[in-house]
Amino acid sequence: MTLHAETPAKTGSRAVRRRDGALFTRFDLLVTPYLFVSPYFVLFVLFGVFPLGYTLWVSLHDWELAGSRTFVGAGNYLSLVADEAFWNAVVNTLGMFVLSTVPQLVLALLLANALNKRIRGRLALRMGVLLPLVTSVVAVAVVFTQLYGRDYGMVNWFLGLFGADAVNWQNEKWSAWIAISTMVDWRWTGYNAIILLAAMQTIPRDLYEAAALDGASARRQFWRITVPMLRPTIVFVVFVSTIGGLTLFTEPVMFDGNPTMSGGATGQYQTVAMFVVKEAFRDFDLGYAAAAAWLLFVLILLGTLVNHLLTRRIGGAR
Amino acid sequence: MSRPGDAGPLTRATLALAVVVSAFPVYYMFVMATRTNEEAIDVPPPLLPGGHLGENVARLLSTEDAHFLTGLVNSAVVSVTVTVSVVLISTLAGFAFAKLRFRGGRVLLGLVLVTMMVPLQQMGVVPLYELMVALGWTGQLRAVILPFLVNGFGVFMMTQYVSQAVPDELVEAARVDGASTVGVYARVILPALRPGMAVLALLVFMQTWNEFMWPLIVLDPDNPVVQTSIAALNQAHGTDYVMLFTGTAVSVLPLFVVFVVFGRQIVGGLMEGAVKA
Repeated sequence: MTLHAETPAKTGSRAVRRRDGALFTRFDLLVTPYLFVSPYFVLFVLFGVFPLGYTLWVSLHDWELAGSRTFVGAGNYLSLVADEAFWNAVVNTLGMFVLSTVPQLVLALLLANALNKRIRGRLALRMGVLLPLVTSVVAVAVVFTQLYGRDYGMVNWFLGLFGADAVNWQNEKWSAWIAISTMVDWRWTGYNAIILLAAMQTIPRDLYEAAALDGASARRQFWRITVPMLRPTIVFVVFVSTIGGLTLFTEPVMFDGNPTMSGGATGQYQTVAMFVVKEAFRDFDLGYAAAAAWLLFVLILLGTLVNHLLTRRIGGAR
Repeated sequence: MSRPGDAGPLTRATLALAVVVSAFPVYYMFVMATRTNEEAIDVPPPLLPGGHLGENVARLLSTEDAHFLTGLVNSAVVSVTVTVSVVLISTLAGFAFAKLRFRGGRVLLGLVLVTMMVPLQQMGVVPLYELMVALGWTGQLRAVILPFLVNGFGVFMMTQYVSQAVPDELVEAARVDGASTVGVYARVILPALRPGMAVLALLVFMQTWNEFMWPLIVLDPDNPVVQTSIAALNQAHGTDYVMLFTGTAVSVLPLFVVFVVFGRQIVGGLMEGAVKA
């Protein structure tokens, strides 16, 4: 009885609800996707697009921190191109980039190949080579700077066993570059090896079996099958290393001990990122720093382009 | 008999060497943290732990100009906040890009990929600093939290994960049952994404914990994060090796604990993510 009495009202409200529901569903399908991606894009506009555009604007001015602002057009860029200190920083950045990226990639490839073999304790081995990634960059820099210490450093002690003189690693361009590059290499080689290993495991087995039937040696299989098949991953790894390498900052700053951003007495290891920070926050010449930041961006674009052209040849050349 | 693909002696030696080289600097850091400054400069250098860890830590914490404890707490607050926000923002956007149809979706995703190429921190130091000055936020933790909420990598990674880990049929089925988009996100996407989220969370936490340049610029020395606190220690007490090493050892300890506990998931997640990328 009660059930019967309630039915009409219930149907009515359900119809209303369904109409509401249809409206809501339409709204939901049309608008919710934008709501879901909007947090990222709102933040990106605030902390990404705005800084980039504003950096360009500042770079066209003689702009001091809380001081005068005069429009100088391309003036900052012209002075930068003529500034020896800037070019010194560019050369240092490129030098350490090459020194850290090339060995890192070769070692990571070999290491990935070794990790891909059948062996006991695979997880432990993989975690072992990932250990450096889990340390902080500042910690790495502190430890390595001590290892490279002139008087009590382990590296000089080790070299001394072979009769070599103690090296003052901070003193010369070549030695400082090597010391800093090894910090980068040490931290990233294992990570890159794991990424390459993951890609290696997706290469179909029958490719190797066919090659083995044709009598190809393991070494030949590695260079003719593994490396070409890894190309997309290598491109990705190189791309990430390029951005990291060209914005190198923490390691050389900590290597100095004094965060003056000068990168040694004669700027032996001052990078472009350090140059930007020095101009902006030590010399308070924000316009000049902004121009240098934009040139750094151009450098990264060029670096990416060169890498793209180089890695395209991997496996492409017969 | 060995089959092809089995590890030979050369492979074993290579792997052993790789692990030793990877582990040695870390081990050495902990050894130095347990020694005295006199022992630290012995030739050959000490290779076994000593018994001075406690006093080194006490000295570290009582070194006032480093503000080490403040740095640790600040780093924890900043890293946790950034990690939670980035994971939330990235899963929302990743779900939308991978499973929802909307006008301009592909273009927006392309834009995210382009943003990954721009080193925002380096490019943006000048305007970001002026922005923080204008807002009166220099020296405050929000100044080092907000800029790091932009993480194109997270969005990209979560887009990849959602499209692989969640079949379209699952989303359709939830829709037929009357779930709204928010409902699909909460009941279908989030549970399926848990492993991917864990890896992203760890990577973002590490990245944020590691951040050095921007905090160095925008924070004051008496309210640092852990990395800038170590830099201050290095500058003022650079010859006090063992204290410096104790500081670095304490600063990486949280990362190590997470790594040891979740090692299997982290390695697995990194490898899965790599193949999908």
